[in-house]
Amino acid sequence: MFATALPALGDAWALILQPIVLGYLVLGVVMGLAVGVFPGLGGIAGLSLLLPFMFGMDPILGLALMIGMVAVVPTSDTFASVLMGIPGSSASQATVLDGFPMAKKGEAARALSAAFASSLFGGLVGASFLTIFILVARPLVLAFGLPEMLMITILGLSMVAILAGRVALKGLAAAGLGLMIGTIGEADAGGSLRMATYDIPYLTDGLKLVIVGLGIFAIPEIVSLLRQDRSIAKGASLGAGWLDGVKDWFANIWLSVRCSIIGVVVGVIPGLGGSVVDWIAYGHAVQSTKDKSNFGKGEVRGVIGPESSNNAKEGGGLVPTLLFGIPGSGSMAIFIGAVALLGSGDIEVGPGMLKNNLDITYSIVWLLALANVVGTVICIAASGGIAKLTTIKFTYLAPFLFMLISFAAFQSGQNFEDLLALFVIGLIGIFLRRFDWSRPAFLIGFVLSNPVEKFTNQAFQIASFRFRKSFEEGIEYIFSPIVIVLIIVTLVSVVLGIRQAKTIMAEGEVQSGSKRAPLVFLLVIAGYLIFALINANMIPDYNMTDKVIPLVVGSVSLGCCLILLIQMMRRPEGDAIFADKEVAGEDAEAPYGLWGTLLWFGALIAATWFVGFILALVGFLIAFFRFRAGSSWLQTLILTACGIGFMCLMAGALNRDFPPGLLQAAVELPWPLGGG
Amino acid sequence: MTISKFTRRAIVGMIAAAGIAAPAAAEIDYTGKTIEWVIPFSEGGGSAKWANFYAPLLSEALPGNPTIVVKFMPGAGSTKGANWFQNQEYKDGTTVFSSSGSTQFPYLLGDPRVRYEYADWHPVLASGTGGVAYLNPEDGAKFDGSANNLKDTDFIYGSQGATRLDLVPLLAWEMLGMNVEPVFGVKGRSDGRLMFERGEANIDYQTSSAYLGASVGLVEAGTAVPMMTWGALDDDGNIVRDPTFPDIPSFKEVCEATDGCETSGESWEAWKAFFIAGFPAQKLLFLPKGAPQEAIDTWVTALEEVKARPDFAEISAKRLGIYPQMTGETAQLALDSATKVPDDAKAFVVNWLKEAYGVELK
Repeated sequence: MFATALPALGDAWALILQPIVLGYLVLGVVMGLAVGVFPGLGGIAGLSLLLPFMFGMDPILGLALMIGMVAVVPTSDTFASVLMGIPGSSASQATVLDGFPMAKKGEAARALSAAFASSLFGGLVGASFLTIFILVARPLVLAFGLPEMLMITILGLSMVAILAGRVALKGLAAAGLGLMIGTIGEADAGGSLRMATYDIPYLTDGLKLVIVGLGIFAIPEIVSLLRQDRSIAKGASLGAGWLDGVKDWFANIWLSVRCSIIGVVVGVIPGLGGSVVDWIAYGHAVQSTKDKSNFGKGEVRGVIGPESSNNAKEGGGLVPTLLFGIPGSGSMAIFIGAVALLGSGDIEVGPGMLKNNLDITYSIVWLLALANVVGTVICIAASGGIAKLTTIKFTYLAPFLFMLISFAAFQSGQNFEDLLALFVIGLIGIFLRRFDWSRPAFLIGFVLSNPVEKFTNQAFQIASFRFRKSFEEGIEYIFSPIVIVLIIVTLVSVVLGIRQAKTIMAEGEVQSGSKRAPLVFLLVIAGYLIFALINANMIPDYNMTDKVIPLVVGSVSLGCCLILLIQMMRRPEGDAIFADKEVAGEDAEAPYGLWGTLLWFGALIAATWFVGFILALVGFLIAFFRFRAGSSWLQTLILTACGIGFMCLMAGALNRDFPPGLLQAAVELPWPLGGG
Repeated sequence: MTISKFTRRAIVGMIAAAGIAAPAAAEIDYTGKTIEWVIPFSEGGGSAKWANFYAPLLSEALPGNPTIVVKFMPGAGSTKGANWFQNQEYKDGTTVFSSSGSTQFPYLLGDPRVRYEYADWHPVLASGTGGVAYLNPEDGAKFDGSANNLKDTDFIYGSQGATRLDLVPLLAWEMLGMNVEPVFGVKGRSDGRLMFERGEANIDYQTSSAYLGASVGLVEAGTAVPMMTWGALDDDGNIVRDPTFPDIPSFKEVCEATDGCETSGESWEAWKAFFIAGFPAQKLLFLPKGAPQEAIDTWVTALEEVKARPDFAEISAKRLGIYPQMTGETAQLALDSATKVPDDAKAFVVNWLKEAYGVELK
């Protein structure tokens, strides 16, 4: 096998290193960066746009164009996560934790360039590793059965221990709540409904990650900054520049190497996708750092770890995509479809890929690495300038951010309910943040809810068939060597995590206050859990697969809430358990109230219901700039026109619709006012 | 091309913003238009593959060479997209929709989520496909054209759910007296295949294009043994061998050879009804309700032009397999047979779903 690999690798480089191929690659990278500006839209929109041109295109040119675009999306969405605290995709969830606090400290450029340097390096490590690994990957990938995948998911879930915050029980309950919110909708296994009804078709689909990510992280931060009427970077000054970030990365190069390898290895396993990788990398970064006191407040290692892993993961994700024809993500799915269009349609992604098209396989691997290099260099070059955004008074940024996140949320399901869901999840996020319940723990729970349930159910079903045959066969199936190793790793990580959790405060210092508000919030959560438990219990027993996870997780979470309740009754006011951001600190001293600020966003959504998104946006922007920001009429109109123009240009280029309202249902209106 | 479309949309946007409505085209000419072909599934599936095959060809054949964008609207096992399409009225022909067997089955079974009505839509294309079931080598050795020696094996199958297309293989295996335990919750047939490759499952089935693309390699490597196809329909409505796989027996043949399996009676009729609903007209292309005859004719003509391409047989066989690609009247007939299942068959399946898997459609 290796004898054929070297010539194929040579052929691949000969294919790649043609000026025209590199030109297409750069074109793809530039387009990918432009698309990546939109949080939550990502590579799928961009690739769909390229699809019509792929038919019959010279394979290597088409690949260069597409890979250029796919490769840089996880790079460019770092902008949104660091600058605005918006997790653009599952690849940048963990980056928000330390990247955004760095931006608040005025170190946006440093955070960005450290992130980009790590991405670049991760991409290259991933490609080098893959060049050899792809030859022997197949049997190794097949060694990862359902019990092994379940254990990796649980390892990801164990990161909750590190991120749980000062009161571990609150973190655990937050993760449990995330898991429970993740089970909403039609169950994968038996199709039972959990906390949903067919009368509201939206709920039967469950909530989308984009919406939950935006709601939990972005909305609370936007609202908080808007209330304080300041710029993102405190004092509107920029500290460390982009060169410092690159130096930071170099000083932590071994962390970067290790996290890259974590990324590529986890990325290789089909079915896990990227959702766990950056949490595992973040956990590793925390555990391998001596002074943990800065995590959550702007520790650069917290940026380097996940960013090194997420581009490496893209490389690893090529293995299931190319070898098994199983896409690891939505954009990879389109990619598979598009590859079949190329040339004479000879390249079929799947098991034959290594045998018949090893040179193409290597071209894909190294085009991906090269695209990373090109994209990163552009991003680093731009980061110093773009970081200046953090010095603008936030009142001028916020309306555009509300515009962007609403549009991004709508893209996930093309439903008006997407906006409602965003608002509701945003509220949950605001209160989790206020009362210092770990938002990362909630998000980890949500993201891993589906894999935990899926792998548990399927592994359980298969294991029970095996046990029925013989006890030994069952044990052999469940406790494979890989599973045992993973159990040990998980246990170590939980033990270390619990010890370290108290030093990592994802929400920064939070003062404690009176009992009432935190207690009410606890009761609301407990109430939801009780309701969800009753709801799950109503699922008939023959659909045990659909009820067992909600019942177990719900009971454990409710148990945590009850213990918290007892603790709250017994402890004095001012105890850490009563953390409340409205008592003291930035939020409490903010000149604007929470509800008044939130009302602006609510009004945008309500107006969209009546007159559709674009008309609502016109009204919203004008009103906001004129009355909230106090701009002159001229300035107001210019800013509004910029916002609307930008929105129309992007949506028009990407062939996207806007949420229609009652007006559009009654009257036919041309795009962009109408539905499209 | 991207740039020109970009400018065009921007200009359209500006005109619209100024409040001037764009003039509506009187004749069917798609010059400069973008047709959205909505697929109620995610990007990776068989329907996506099929639409991506036809989209560029149709773009060439339709008058005015419109850009055709395949748009994905997954959710609730395709019911969501179909419910959406039900609410679309014909405007200028720039919205078309495709359903699949997984859209037809809940419709047939009276699933409460179904708010769509096939009779309102206008089919212009119906494409058939087939399916191949295969076994692991150990049990494959016991297979002699009948399932007689397979009745003592405990089979495990990674399934997407009993009410989806998997109804066809699950019912077939049960009729053969095989003990197949479905592991529900698998997200796509490719995940099922992976489970088979890992040895966690020991029986699997794939639709033709996926079998050709991935499973044939397993057969060649000796890690899988083909068992049977679901067969194909001849012009008289009889089930015959699938012409894409002439060497693999059909389920009908295997059933005839197997003790206790009948190719008549209510289970057979139910199986056949759902096979006909699910496979020989699995993927349909629709214009929305209210489409004028003129528009339907334009599409049918374009599709016939596509089918008349000298290379069509070759490229479609490679990407889709050898299956009828029916247009116009034939597509309508195919739709009729795909959406009308005798009440007996329906009642049988509803009852069977409840007894075997506890699935209740209420």
